[in-house]
This record gives sequence, C-alpha cells and structure tokens, in this order.
Amino acid sequence: MKTTLMEDTGANIAASLRIALATIVLCSGLYPLFIFSFAHFAVPEAASGSLVRNQAGKVVGSRLIAQAFTKPGYFWPRPSAVKYTAEAAGGSNLSPAGPEVRERALKTVKEYGADSRHPLPADLAATSGSGLDPLITLRAALFQASRVAHARGMALSDVEAAIRRHADGQKILGSGEGLVNVLVLNMELDAAGKTTMVPR
Amino acid sequence: MQLLMLLLFIALPVLLSWPLGRFMTAVMNPPINSSDGRMEILLRKTGGRMLDREQDWKGYLISMLFFNAIMFTAVVLMLALQQMLPLNPDGKGPLEASLIFNTAASFVTNTNLQHYAGEVSMSYFSQLFALTWLQFVSAATGIACFTALARSLAGRTLVGNFYRDLLRSTLFILLPLSIIVALLLVVGGVPMTFEGAAAARTLEGAMQTIARGPVAAMVAIKQLGTNGGGFFGPNSTHPFENPSFLTNYIECICIPLIAMATVWMFGRITGRMRHAAVIFSVMLLLLVLKSGIALNLESAPAMAFKGLPIESVSNLEGKELRFGPSGTAAMWAAVTTATSNGSVNCMHDSLNPLTGLVPLAGMWLNVIFGGVGVGFINMFIFIIVGVFICGMMVGRTPEYCARKVETHEMKLALLALLVHPLLILVGTALFASTTWGASTVLNKGAHGFSEILYEFSSAAANNGSGFEGLGDGTVPWNVSTGLVMLLGRFIPIILPLAIAGSMAAKKPVPETTGTLRIDTPLFAVVILGSVLLIGALLFMPVAVLGPVADYLSTSIQ
Repeated sequence: MKTTLMEDTGANIAASLRIALATIVLCSGLYPLFIFSFAHFAVPEAASGSLVRNQAGKVVGSRLIAQAFTKPGYFWPRPSAVKYTAEAAGGSNLSPAGPEVRERALKTVKEYGADSRHPLPADLAATSGSGLDPLITLRAALFQASRVAHARGMALSDVEAAIRRHADGQKILGSGEGLVNVLVLNMELDAAGKTTMVPR
Repeated sequence: MQLLMLLLFIALPVLLSWPLGRFMTAVMNPPINSSDGRMEILLRKTGGRMLDREQDWKGYLISMLFFNAIMFTAVVLMLALQQMLPLNPDGKGPLEASLIFNTAASFVTNTNLQHYAGEVSMSYFSQLFALTWLQFVSAATGIACFTALARSLAGRTLVGNFYRDLLRSTLFILLPLSIIVALLLVVGGVPMTFEGAAAARTLEGAMQTIARGPVAAMVAIKQLGTNGGGFFGPNSTHPFENPSFLTNYIECICIPLIAMATVWMFGRITGRMRHAAVIFSVMLLLLVLKSGIALNLESAPAMAFKGLPIESVSNLEGKELRFGPSGTAAMWAAVTTATSNGSVNCMHDSLNPLTGLVPLAGMWLNVIFGGVGVGFINMFIFIIVGVFICGMMVGRTPEYCARKVETHEMKLALLALLVHPLLILVGTALFASTTWGASTVLNKGAHGFSEILYEFSSAAANNGSGFEGLGDGTVPWNVSTGLVMLLGRFIPIILPLAIAGSMAAKKPVPETTGTLRIDTPLFAVVILGSVLLIGALLFMPVAVLGPVADYLSTSIQ
C-alpha cells in the first residue's frame, strides 16, 4: 500500500489524537474513579488520610503523619528537616558523614541529656526521609519515658506500660523491634490523664 | 536476616515474571490470524483505520514519534493552564515555563525526574490527567517498541502497528495490573480522595495542614511502569504513598516485575527461550550483586555520629522506620536504579557515601532489567557488541539471531552505546565547572559533585531519582536535563530498532556448528563482560571523583 507523506502525516495525527483521548478517559478518568469508589466504600477512613479526631470530633492530625511535640509531658517524634510541615514534606538530604549532621546531632544529644552511659537511640538523632515519620522505636520511647512521667506526675511504670501496649501491635518483619506511634501514644496519655482522680 | 530480605524482595518478582511474560506475549503478539478477535475489533474501533496497517520499523518509529509529540503537547497545555482547570481544591497557581518543559519531557520519556514537589505545585487535575496519563502511555510506548524489536529479531520486516501495540499494552497489561496494585495499596492505607488538604489542630495547639489527594491510583502505575514519579515530594518515603512494611513490599516487587517479564516475552516471540534465560540470569546476577552490596554498605552506622553518645545502628538519616532495617531501603535504592524506575523510599543523598555508588552504577549500566521495554532494548546493544567482539576473536562475520551483524549495524550500535556516557559526562563537566551547577549543591566537596553527577545520570538513564539536596528548580537545570532526557530516551530507542530492522532485511544464515551459540553459560559471560567492561571503563573516573572520594575523605581522618 503506497501512500504519500501528507496522507501519512494526517493519518498519524488522527490516530494519535483518537488514542490520546481514549487513553486519557480510561487512565485518568475511569481508573482513578474506580479506585476512589472502592476506597470510599471499603476503607473510608484510610482513603481520606487516616485522620485522627479528639473527643470533640475536631481533627488533631493523621495517624500516619508526625506532628511537632515540644512539651516535656509528650513523647517527641524523630527530628524533621521540614519542621513537620505536612504540606511540603522532605528529608535533610545531608550526607550522613558530613559536618552538618554531626552538629545537629550534638544539639539533639544535649536536648535529650544523653551521655555515654545513656546513649541516645539513633532514630531520635537522624531526621526521617519524609520529615513526617510517625513512628519511633520502642527504645526511643522508653528513653523518653522518665521525662514524660516526671512532667505528668505519673508513675514511670504506668508510662512504660502504655508504651509497651502500643509497641506490641507495631512489630515489623525483619527487625523484631517494636515501633511506637507517637501521636497515638500521646493521645492515650492525655486521655488517661483526664480520668485520673488525683494527678501525682 | 539480610539474606532473607534479599530473597524476599527479589524471588517473588522473579517467580511472577514467568506467568506474566506468557500473558504479555499472548496479549502483545497474538497469532496473526486472530485479528478478528473481539479485543482486536475493540482496538480498531478506538484507534481508527490506521490500526490496520502493518508497519516496517521506520513507519513504526514515525508513528511512535507522532504519538509522543501529541503526548508532550497535550501535557504542556494541561500544566500551563492548571490554575484554570478543575480538580484544584487547594488553588495551586501557575507553573514556571522551564519547569513545564522539564516536567513534560520528564514524564513523556518515562523518567519522572521531578523538579517540583507534587503536594506543593500540582493540582489534582495535573497529577491525574497530565502526569498519571503519561505514566501509562510512556510505559506503553516502551513495551510497544520492545515488542517491535523482538518481532524484528524474529525475522519479520513488518514489525506490527505502533498504535495497536500501544493500546494493547495500556489496556490489557498496565491498566489491569495497576487496578490490582492500587486496590491493595488502598487497603494498606494509601489515601484516595479528591478533598483538599486537611486542617488539623495538633495536641500542642499548632495548626498543621496535611496534604492528601488521589494518591493510590498514581502510586500503582508509577511503580509498575518504571516511571517513579510520586504524588508527594519525598515519593514512596512519604507515609501517605507508602504507609507500612506491607505496602513497601508490594511497591518494591512491582518495580522490576514488567521489565523481568519482557525478557521471557523476548524468548517467546523469537522462539529462543534458552537465550532469554541466559540474558535473564545475567541481569538477575547483577541485580542480586547490586542489592547485596547496597544492603551490606547501608548497614553501617552514620559516620557523623562517630564518638557521640548515640547508639550505633545502621544509618537512619533520610530513612523511615516502618520499612524495617536500613538495608531494605538500600535494596529498594538498588532495584529502583537497576530498572529505570527512580521511585525512592529513602533519601538517596543521605545514603552512606559508598552506598551512593550503587544507584549510580545501576543508572550507568541501565540494562539490569531496565525500564519497561527499553531495558531490554539497551541490553540488545550490549549483546550486539558482545557478539561482534566474539566474531572478531575467531575471525568470523558475527551473527545474531541468524542474521549477519556487519559494519552498518556496528556503527549504529557504537553510536547508541556512546550517547549515554556522552550526555552524562558532558553535562556533569559543564555544570560542575560553572555556577549553573556549583551554586546549586547542598553538600560540600565530593558529595556535592555526586549530586550533580547523579542528576545527569538519572536524566540520561531516564531514571528520575535524585540526590535531592540539589537545588534543581533553576532554568539551566530544567532546560539541560529536559533535553538530556529527550535525547536519552529517543536515540536509544531509534538506533536499536534501526539495527534490528536492517538485520531483518538480510537473508537468514543457517546455524551451523561454527555459529556462536547464544544460549550457553559461556555467552552469559560474554554479555556480562561487555556490560561490565564497557560500563566500568566509561564511568570509572567520575566514580572516583564522586562517591569514592567522598568515602575516603570522610572515613579516613
């Protein structure tokens, strides 16, 4: 079949346009719509971002997203290069062998009051990749337990029990180490605080 | 423990690639007399009469270029007008012109280098209709061109019809797989919503704006189509793209899956399964080596913490805890740069200095399964060169797939081989020696050089990952990497198809006892040799200037 170049060009453009349109409708229209419908039918909470609400029903954050904690009565999450900005996430992108990371780690060590007898768990010294890692290791939680207990006037054993209750469900394959969701743990401590009759 | 990880993350895609390869062959290359099937009628209704034409390699490539030009134009328009288009609940504003060019080039070429952060700059319309669409059709372009190459090497001078192949791979391979993966991800906690960012008042009373959106649909195809462009800036490191150990596993095995299956598909189309097995094992060996090295190197603690009162565990800078020990993130880094995926689940800039060499090496070779379709096309060049060298050694005209490989083919093959290092080395030299690059690095010294080197390697390999410390949102970066991506995509598709087309037009030579056997372990050594020697020699100097110097200067004090 011999065709001229002009006809060829016309046929190519026509076919390209038709196929572009068809694939846009399928891949950008129907496909996302199908996934969206399934998500909202099957897992509505997760589909809209695993948001966590307080007793008044107000959104306090997302279970999957770290938020800033600075008060001594709360557990603190891993450091964040983006200050826990959940609309512009990111890591430090610094070399783990460079002077900037070392200086930052020195400051963190001082904040936590770690020393060679009580070394700081490494996840509290290293910024996470997204700046929004919602988890800390069990060791990192236990490391902070006495500060939290002291600030809240709670018994250390009560705080540690709360940590372990959470760490159980977060064991990950491969490391065997427990992980703790900082926001969930802090909310539970707040809730427990309200029901305690005499704060110690 | 580390070995178990290695096995877990590589064995499953290897196992799945076999049935998938069979399925993909049936879909892409049905027997010729089945053209009256219901599927084929559906395709013809969608694409029009053009789909009836059987094209030679030239016609096929021309159609490919036409379609890609339309892809590019359509997406430039969508991105340029995003502030006026719907599905923009957070009111994202207009994008800068050079960024639009870079982003369109990036997604058309299956690279997904992102000089923007999705949650900051892109409306939901741009994410779904511009970027996700291109993630489907750019991957489909790769699969289509690969199928044409395989048909060519099977001896056919008419290699099929580009539009038909494109529709087949989009509709029957990429869409069904994406639906399965997206549904699994949704169940695993990945958001899928059209609501704008959520406003939260934190426990300490501060306001936190939580960006979200139709994430699951995009993550599924970016993992499967070796695209790698995520919804959020930090890609699969972000908890919304990758919320758990399990979603991490699903996403990681999706990375090499289709590229692995194409190797089996090649064996089926050319009727040379043993040859395909030889190629597969070379690729697999390189993948295992690369992942093993990364896993091992990344288990070392961060050097910056040395001597400080910090517990000594594997390097956690730029990592997320839910994916398990740092090694699993390093493995992802190895797999994502072996294939040209480029999605990340940790920050590559913050990998240990020597670990950073592993993703770089993967992108330099660019044949360890590689991008969907194009990975095999790249490997074809190394095979031709290997066959040629063997022919020279025994003093026979080299042959491949029962066709002679002569001067014309070798000229094209060497050109194809040299484009990749040329783009990387010239670009790196230019930017490292001028303020264009030197003023945009975040880290000092050798690590900063690695940032520039990584960016050009990623662009030329159509990978799309980055040492993200680099301030790459500037006009020089946008324009230069945009051009590098386009050249690094289309030249390595056009030249190999030209070679295969020229071979198919020749008379077949009978295979005798003197013919170089391409289905033996010996031939595996030949390919391995040509990949490693050519790859290593070309890039050794920059490897020493970048990651190796970085390692030596920080570890010996």
